[in-house]
Amino acid sequence: MADEPLVLGIETSCDETGVGIVRGTTLLADAIASSVDEHARFGGVVPEVASRAHLEAMVPTIDRALKDAGVSARDLDGIAVTAGPGLAGALLVGVSAAKAYAYALGKPLYGVNHLASHICVDQLEHGPLPEPTMALLVSGGHSSLLLSTDITSDVRPMGATIDDAAGEAFDKIARVLDLGFPGGPVIDRYAKEGDPSAIAFPRGLTGPRDAAYDFSFSGLKTAVARWIEAKRAAGEEVPVRDVAASFQEAVVDVLTRKAVRACKDQGVDHLMIGGGVAANSRLRVLAQERCEAAGIRLRVPRPKLCTDNGAMVAALGAEMVSRNRAASDWDLSADSSLPVTETHVPGHGHSHDHVHEVSKENLYS
Amino acid sequence: MLLLALDTATPAVTVALHDGTSVIASSSQVDARRHGELLLPAVDRVLAEADLKLDAVTGIVVGVGPGPYTGLRVGLMTADTFGLVLGVPVHGLCTLDGLAYAADGTGVEGPFVVATDARRKEVYWARYDDPRTRVSEPAVDRPAEIAEAVAGLPAVGAGALLYPDTFPDARAPEHVSAAALASLAAERLAAGEELAAPRPLYLRRPDAQVPKNYKVVTPK
Ligand SMILES: [Zn+2]
Repeated sequence: MADEPLVLGIETSCDETGVGIVRGTTLLADAIASSVDEHARFGGVVPEVASRAHLEAMVPTIDRALKDAGVSARDLDGIAVTAGPGLAGALLVGVSAAKAYAYALGKPLYGVNHLASHICVDQLEHGPLPEPTMALLVSGGHSSLLLSTDITSDVRPMGATIDDAAGEAFDKIARVLDLGFPGGPVIDRYAKEGDPSAIAFPRGLTGPRDAAYDFSFSGLKTAVARWIEAKRAAGEEVPVRDVAASFQEAVVDVLTRKAVRACKDQGVDHLMIGGGVAANSRLRVLAQERCEAAGIRLRVPRPKLCTDNGAMVAALGAEMVSRNRAASDWDLSADSSLPVTETHVPGHGHSHDHVHEVSKENLYS
Repeated sequence: MLLLALDTATPAVTVALHDGTSVIASSSQVDARRHGELLLPAVDRVLAEADLKLDAVTGIVVGVGPGPYTGLRVGLMTADTFGLVLGVPVHGLCTLDGLAYAADGTGVEGPFVVATDARRKEVYWARYDDPRTRVSEPAVDRPAEIAEAVAGLPAVGAGALLYPDTFPDARAPEHVSAAALASLAAERLAAGEELAAPRPLYLRRPDAQVPKNYKVVTPK
C-alpha cells in the first residue's frame, strides 16, 4: 500500500551499525556494517571500539540503505532509532545521527526500544504480529521471555536470565574449546556432527520450585568447562563435537521448554524467537517440534533479521507512525538501561501512553 | 556564507552561526554529562535566534577534539549527518585551536599553552606562538610530566586551571566556544586555506585487553 509509512531506522546498541528502511511491514533495505572482526581478538565486544566504528560507518551505511531501497530521504515519513537498552556510548552515536538526520530533513524522530524492535522485525518476514505474541529473545546481550499485546505500547517481561545471556554462554564455551569468537555459529557447526545426548549437562532453573520463566546459564557454563578440564587433566582427547552438541542441547532444551510453557500458561498461541541465537539451527528445529506438539504457531525471522540490524528499528518506527504514537523530542537521551516496558520514548509534551503493569527492572544483561 | 559551528569535545556544548563577517547567534552550556541531550536543542535555538533554517547553512565547522570520546562523538556525528543531508562541506578544527583563538585579546602575549581536562588526571594540551599558530601536535599527558615543557608560559583552558602546580599562570577562557571556532574557520576559509576533514582526535587507544586465557573453573 502506497500510504504505508516509509521509515528509516538506525541501530547502534552493540557492534553492528545498522540502517534499515521499511514501508509499513515491507522490507526495502537492511544495510549493516559490523565491527565484529575488530572485537574478535578481545573475545568479546569492546564498547569503545564499537563506538568508534559506529561513527566511521554511519554516513556510508545510511547512503547504502537509501540506494538499496531506491527511495529519497525527502520521502521518508519518520526516522527511528534505538534509544536503548545497549552500550551507552554506542547508543549515543546512533541517537546523535538520528536526531541530526530527522532535524535536517524536517521529519519526526522516534526513539524506540531495542528489545521491542527485535520482536517487531518479524512483521517484515511473516506479516503483522498476532496480538498477543510471546517472544523469546536470545543473543549475546539478552535472554528474555516477553509477552506483547501491542508492540508499540505493551510489552511485558515474563522472565529473563539471572546471570549470563544465552549467547554469552556460547562464546565462553567456544573459548574453552579454543574455537574463537563469536561462539554461536562455530558451536552450531561442530554440534551438527556430535551426539547431543553424549554428556548429560545440567538444565538450569528447571526444578519444580524454580522461577518458571527465568533462565540461568552460569551453572551450565561451569559444568561444561569442568568436564573439559577433567578430560584434559586426564590426558584424554576432548570430544569437541559431542561437547558442543551436548552443551547446545542443554541450552536450547531449556529455552524452548520455558517458552512453550509460557505460551501454554498464558493462553498465547504464537511464539516468535529473535536475537542472534535464533540463528542456531538446533534451536529452530527443537522449537518447531515442541510448538507443533503444543499447537503453537512458531515465527522465526531469517537469521539476518534476528541479529541486530536497522530494519528491525525501522519496522517498529513504522508501527509507531501507523498507530499515531507520539514522536520523541530533540533532547532524546540514549538510555543504556531502558526498560522493555518503555517501547518508545515519547516527547514530554505528549501524554504517556504506556501501560506500566510490571516492574521496571532492567532486562538487558 | 553561513557557517554552523559546534563543539562537544569538552564539558562545553557550544553552537554558533557565522555569516562570514561575524557571529550572528551562539549558545554555550557547560554540562559534561548531557552532550547528547543538549546539542540538537541548542542548534535549534541558535537558528531560531538568527531567524534562519538549517538549510540556509553553507558549511559546518566541528571541533574534532582532542576530548573524552563519548561526548566528542556527539558533535562529530551531528556534523557529519548535517553535511550528508545538506550536501555542504564539513570542516574539522582542533578544539584546542578554538580555545587559543578565543584567548586573543585577553592579554595573552607571545607563546602560551592551551590545556583541557582529559580526565584520569591528564590534560590534552598544545603550545602556541600566538592565538592563530599552534607549534606542537595536540598531546595527552599527566601535568607533572609536562611541567618542564610548559614552564614560564601562560596557559588557558580548564586543564590549566585544574593543575596550578604545572600551570601557575593559568587564565580564562576556561572553555572553548563555537563562536571562536566559527570565527577562526571563517578567517581561514576567507584566506583560501583548506580546512581538515572532521576526523576525531582521540589520542588514546580504547581500553581493552586481549584475554590471556580463560579462567580455569576446576577447584584445586
Ligand atoms: Zn539485540
